[in-house]
Amino acid sequence: MQTQLARVVRRLGATVFRQTAGLGFGLAILTLLATPALAFLAFVSNEKGNSVSVVDTDKMETVAAIPTGQRPRGIAVSHDGKFVFVALGDDDTIQVIDTATFKSVGELPSGPDPEQFALDPSGKTLYVANENDAMVTIIDVDKKLALGQVSVGVEPEGMSVSPDSKTLVCTSETTSMAHFIDTSTHEVVGNLLLGSRPRFSAFKSDGSELWATSEVGGELAIIDPRTRTLKARVRFEIPGLRSEMIQPVGVNLTRDGKLGFVSLGPANRVAVVDGVTHAVIKYLLVGQRVWHGDFSPDEKYLLVANGVSNDVSVIDVASQKVVKSIQVGELPWGVAFAPN
Amino acid sequence: MAVKGRRGTGLRGFPLFLLWLGLAAFSSATAGFSEDLTEIRIGYVHAASSKARLSLMDVPADNDGFAGAQLAIDDNNTTGHFVKQHYTLIDKTVRRDDDIAEAVGALADAGAAFVVVDVDADGVLKAAEAAKPRGLTILNVGATDDRLREEDCRSEVLHIAPTRSMLADGLAQYLVWKRWRKWLLVVGSHDSDKLFADALRRSAKRFGAKVVEEREFKDTGGARRTDSGIVEIQRQMPVLTQGAPDYDVLVAADESEVFAGYLPYRTWDPRPVAGSGGLEPTTWDAAFDQWGAVQLQSRFVKSFRRLMTPLDMQAWTAVRLVGEAAARTNSADPAKLIAFVKSPDFSLAAFKGRKLTLRDWNLQLRQPILLFDGRNTVSVSPQEGFLHQSSELDTLGVDRPETKCKLN
Repeated sequence: MQTQLARVVRRLGATVFRQTAGLGFGLAILTLLATPALAFLAFVSNEKGNSVSVVDTDKMETVAAIPTGQRPRGIAVSHDGKFVFVALGDDDTIQVIDTATFKSVGELPSGPDPEQFALDPSGKTLYVANENDAMVTIIDVDKKLALGQVSVGVEPEGMSVSPDSKTLVCTSETTSMAHFIDTSTHEVVGNLLLGSRPRFSAFKSDGSELWATSEVGGELAIIDPRTRTLKARVRFEIPGLRSEMIQPVGVNLTRDGKLGFVSLGPANRVAVVDGVTHAVIKYLLVGQRVWHGDFSPDEKYLLVANGVSNDVSVIDVASQKVVKSIQVGELPWGVAFAPN
Repeated sequence: MAVKGRRGTGLRGFPLFLLWLGLAAFSSATAGFSEDLTEIRIGYVHAASSKARLSLMDVPADNDGFAGAQLAIDDNNTTGHFVKQHYTLIDKTVRRDDDIAEAVGALADAGAAFVVVDVDADGVLKAAEAAKPRGLTILNVGATDDRLREEDCRSEVLHIAPTRSMLADGLAQYLVWKRWRKWLLVVGSHDSDKLFADALRRSAKRFGAKVVEEREFKDTGGARRTDSGIVEIQRQMPVLTQGAPDYDVLVAADESEVFAGYLPYRTWDPRPVAGSGGLEPTTWDAAFDQWGAVQLQSRFVKSFRRLMTPLDMQAWTAVRLVGEAAARTNSADPAKLIAFVKSPDFSLAAFKGRKLTLRDWNLQLRQPILLFDGRNTVSVSPQEGFLHQSSELDTLGVDRPETKCKLN
């Protein structure tokens, strides 16, 4: 911890020496953050804008924009809330941003073309999908070291780790499979064929179900992770929309497993799915080409990134209503809340 | 146009060398596979065609198309590894249409149930004739002729290449969306040019554009490349387009690569050019980077050291279609695969932003049409607002109510 802090301070110092103009700004932010903040902060990756927008859900506005490298997409906050990890697809790395200073403090060796990644529940290991190489790279977060690679199907993308840390699930887009990887042996132990172009998967917090979306197949697969078999397939039908336009991507499940929110891409809607019966409860109209989202730590809100309309839609989870849209950077892709 | 190779490459000998190297590596790899793998063999028949192109950048590589098929074989094998299937591509190059039947027969003997063909329209019909008694399925990746999907349609031929009418409609929708409704149509003197012109006229009528005048550019022979040709062209093209009635866009039909590439920046009136030159409708371009396409582009460049062409993409799609059917049905039985491909459950992901499906009335693959200016993606059709009761992709090309196809 101390070494990390020291590194941050060193980096900050170096940055300040390099860009004296940045000094005032840096100090201003430090002062701002010196006051105890109760507000939740969401970090939004802007794929085209090469930036991460910081959204304050108390003020319901964007409070800062952090410059990043090229093509930031996959985004997550470390479990201690200190760092934001952003996958930079065109820079072949994962940028590490300090959540206190909003400054870049380092990189992780992600392997080429990282898009999505998953942190294991301990927060110590990070699994990255390398789309161009049909590989998954395993990274020790503290040591910033690649521990190994696993061969998977063509164009791996969606990554999720079971709540017991034992299984990593990677979905590959052209192979159209979910690959189950044993996290202790780094071996593929099972494969399940899914609808065309699976892009994302998420576990229920009790590990009882894995939800995986197929963008081109237009469906949501409910998988039993223990048997690695399909329990149910959820289809989406929206009056007035052709089925080709319904392209499920991001999934967010509430902690109690009772509700799932599925982003439907160019359908410009988020489907609310019953966690128990798997019936579609309703469709929420959001911005254009909705990608991925995250819950605020108190699960009051779900923020989803709208990839074409350059905003995030704020969904009130209890009332299942869109309550606000907040302007962020250019072509937002993913959202990650800091836990505190 | 979709069928012609774009930006071939200066390294034309090199990919061939790589190809042999790849095949050698491949056969040694297959030897290592255990016996419980299901083997799926796909044939590839290619007829040598003219490589004359106006731009050096468009001269096709020797493995144009075939490389795309090979990449799809690799992709199928990566998936196959998990479902115990193994795919092999068998290559047959023919010199004349008359040799096609023999090639298809040889591929059937070698155990291929699916044959990808990159030949002209008559060649496709010859392949179909040879395929029928042997129960083979032909995948047409090269011929854009509408007649193959209409009066000459065959139940054993799937069409991966789009038709001229699909390409023309894709372009026309965009021109109409731009409100460039007045067209000056310039047509080459070859049969294929005239067929494309027919498709463009049909599109104009369909989407409310008007051909204000038509002109012909006669191919008087001569080389595509001369040392001082540019001087002549600069004088020739303005004269060709001089004195036209008021128009918004010049639309050229020149599949034979005789003049359309010379039109941009040389028209008498300052007008944009579309069709066979300028803004071209196609199925792929090496610059296309939407919907995950970058991943396919980089896999291709890494394997073949050149850029991916529309024909490469059409061949990739054909071989992936077989792989998708085999993985979904968990079978190598051709009858099962074909039944699945023809069923409403079939769809294919091909980096076009939506699933590709098959038109059950003539076995044409539904697909968006991409529009390129030679460097970048300008747009992807169908355009917003062109609606259809079943699939917006059916606003491109001849639709079910108009079809002349009777599959037996």
